[in-house]
Amino acid sequence: MQQFDEMYSQASATQPGSPVRAHYQAYAEWLAGQSDNSMLARREEAEMIFRRVGITFAVYGDKDESGSGTERLIPFDLIPRIIPAHEWQSMERGLVQRVTALNRFIHDVYHDQEIIKAGIIPADQILNNAQFRPEMMGVDVPHQIYSHISGIDIVRAPNAQGEGEYYVLEDNLRVPSGVSYMLEDRKMMMRLFPELFSRHRVAPVAHYPDLLLETLRASSPASSAEPTVVVLTPGMYNSAYFEHAFLAQQMGVELVEGQDLFVKDQFVYMRTTRGPKRVDVIYRRVDDDFLDPKVFRPTSTLGCAGLMEAYRAGNVAICNAVGTGVADDKSIYPYVPKMIEFYLGEKPILNNVPTFMCRKPDDLAYTLANLKDLVVKEVHGAGGYGMLVGPAATKAEIEDFRAALMANPSGYIAQPTLSLSSCPTYVESGVAPRHIDLRPFVLSGRTVQMVPGGLTRVALKEGSLVVNSSQGGGTKDTWILQA
Amino acid sequence: MLSRTADHLFWMSRYTERAENTARMLNVSYETSLLPQSSATVQSGWEGLLSISELLPAYTQLHGEVTPRHVMHFMVIDPNNPSSIISCLRAARENARAVRGALTTEVWETQNQTWLEVNRMIRSGEFDADPGKFFEWVKFRSHLSRGVTVGTMLMDESLHFMRLGTFLERADNTARLVDVKFHAGQNDRFGALPVASPFQAQVMTSDVSLDGSQEFDFYHWSAILRSVSGFEIYRKVYRDVIRPDRVAELLILRPDMPRSLHASLNEVVNNLEAVTDNRQSETLRHAGKLRADLAYGRIDEILATGLHAYLTQFLERVNVLGGRISREFLMPQVG
Repeated sequence: MQQFDEMYSQASATQPGSPVRAHYQAYAEWLAGQSDNSMLARREEAEMIFRRVGITFAVYGDKDESGSGTERLIPFDLIPRIIPAHEWQSMERGLVQRVTALNRFIHDVYHDQEIIKAGIIPADQILNNAQFRPEMMGVDVPHQIYSHISGIDIVRAPNAQGEGEYYVLEDNLRVPSGVSYMLEDRKMMMRLFPELFSRHRVAPVAHYPDLLLETLRASSPASSAEPTVVVLTPGMYNSAYFEHAFLAQQMGVELVEGQDLFVKDQFVYMRTTRGPKRVDVIYRRVDDDFLDPKVFRPTSTLGCAGLMEAYRAGNVAICNAVGTGVADDKSIYPYVPKMIEFYLGEKPILNNVPTFMCRKPDDLAYTLANLKDLVVKEVHGAGGYGMLVGPAATKAEIEDFRAALMANPSGYIAQPTLSLSSCPTYVESGVAPRHIDLRPFVLSGRTVQMVPGGLTRVALKEGSLVVNSSQGGGTKDTWILQA
Repeated sequence: MLSRTADHLFWMSRYTERAENTARMLNVSYETSLLPQSSATVQSGWEGLLSISELLPAYTQLHGEVTPRHVMHFMVIDPNNPSSIISCLRAARENARAVRGALTTEVWETQNQTWLEVNRMIRSGEFDADPGKFFEWVKFRSHLSRGVTVGTMLMDESLHFMRLGTFLERADNTARLVDVKFHAGQNDRFGALPVASPFQAQVMTSDVSLDGSQEFDFYHWSAILRSVSGFEIYRKVYRDVIRPDRVAELLILRPDMPRSLHASLNEVVNNLEAVTDNRQSETLRHAGKLRADLAYGRIDEILATGLHAYLTQFLERVNVLGGRISREFLMPQVG
């Protein structure tokens, strides 16, 4: 299988001294001048700082010897992932286009359902989807924006000519996380290697919280010039708690838990030391199911009873909106290019990975015949769980999966195994190529905007294609070089 | 500000202060135990330490006999004892983590670093090797925590609730220390008698050495003073030999002694005034009355009515005050 390396121009030669792509030239020269010891010292320094600052993610269920929840560091790699300006410009246009279409789609689903009437997506694919929320039918939201914060996962793989091509692997429109690592990784790089930033024109990302606050305020239903925005977290034992606290602090807004909120006469209030205070916008980091025990899961203590009533009355904004999951489900993903054409009348700038929908008999037959070469995913799976990576699986694993697939074909999609691009990465034995992806964070308010770049995740195990932090993935700083 | 945030900040400071005071008391007991003295005296010293925190029953159930090694273990590194230093530091850090966004980076990092470091010190055996150094370290981290708080936090409600926690806890801890130590040192000479006798108190306070153990007294009272960093202060304020009534006065009534009940209550009232616009606040009224009693109290009166009774009542009132603060600000039942 063809390989594509972000730094080295020949995938077979990925050692220091091998030919390097133009946009990595300056970095490679600098790296060649660094001793192993000084890089090792900086790795240790980075780890020490991350631990002291407490940039950790909590591991569910685990307890350490003193009874506290376990907190793990997400491994941070010193070698940046660099993207030249012209590639980013086209990717950015593609992202704006895609997210705009996705928002149009969600609005359509909960209103006139034109896309179903036009016969582009079968009705049952939408209406029978577990993520479809009938409670949202006819609910109007400001600017018709549903997915205010979208994390679009992009991978790069060699095409027939051996050139790297970007593909959208997945849309995350519910509560995408990871942006705090994007920001902290940059801070860390600037702290460890200030000299690199004087040699490169790296586009800054630190204004993300400003853009986020602007986006959240724009979604406020209140006419007030200073709407009260809060971040709703499930609490400190949630794996992404650090990020929730970080974003609230960076935006200067309150970080609330469900117990801090209450609804009275269809308005949402938080309990403060000086009495109840009205809340206009909730940036929620809690899944739909837990938002309101009166409407969704009745046992949930993470949300706030009556929230949906206040929401439907137009008295509070929930970001992202309830019911966005209907658009980022893997069974809907194959239709996104058609959505772009349907709603915007444009050709997609960013391509999907070719996808077989196992609900279709032909696609299922092809998938079953080629399991060892394909990646098969559960349509509702997330976080790298519930998937089969054919080439890396044992015979027994393939047969188990075959049985599951045949029992419920519409629960799966299949894709060719993409050879994700690699990037040099520090591992036990030194520097070696490891597979990476990219998650840009797209903000939709009055306009669609983003900071240049995103979070680069790296699969630290040799040959592994799974980059999720819950599966031992790490992160890298992502540099968009300004022209 | 969010009530829950205020609650976490309040308890973060309380636990930090509690860890410090526990370290102070343990350090003095540890140092005192190095002096030549009868084993019964040593024993009662360690027992007193457990009674300060009302932990004697829990300890006895776990370890039986009171031995210095076990008491130290129980009070420092036992994670199941909610009052041990490790438990307090963990609770302080957990509270900080729950509201890390409301803290400055420096305040959070100080709390987090303390927690990471204390675990390392216990694991590596540094605590066992030199308990005195360990207690000094706990004290130092608490100083640092207060300093970085005052030095970096915006002077808004967050800071006031943190300060409130610090001084309410300190008032409680100092009162307990004085109560237990006077109990032990005086064989209940200052204990509450059914009919308080001013005459009796007069006799005792005017001549401390009547019981013939002047030397014991000196070490006993100076140990109490040192546990609240008050030895030099005593000398400076009274310029005289150490007398129990003055020790009591210093630790209860002096507004300029930073760890006294009066000084602590001054801070409690000032910070409460800063967080409430409600002049009718019952919490504030309660705190103000408690402070007034200290501001206008006299030590001979207190001793005459019985120190133990006085302090028991004080602790109860501090406890009620804590409950009121909680209900009015930290966990209001509305909506």
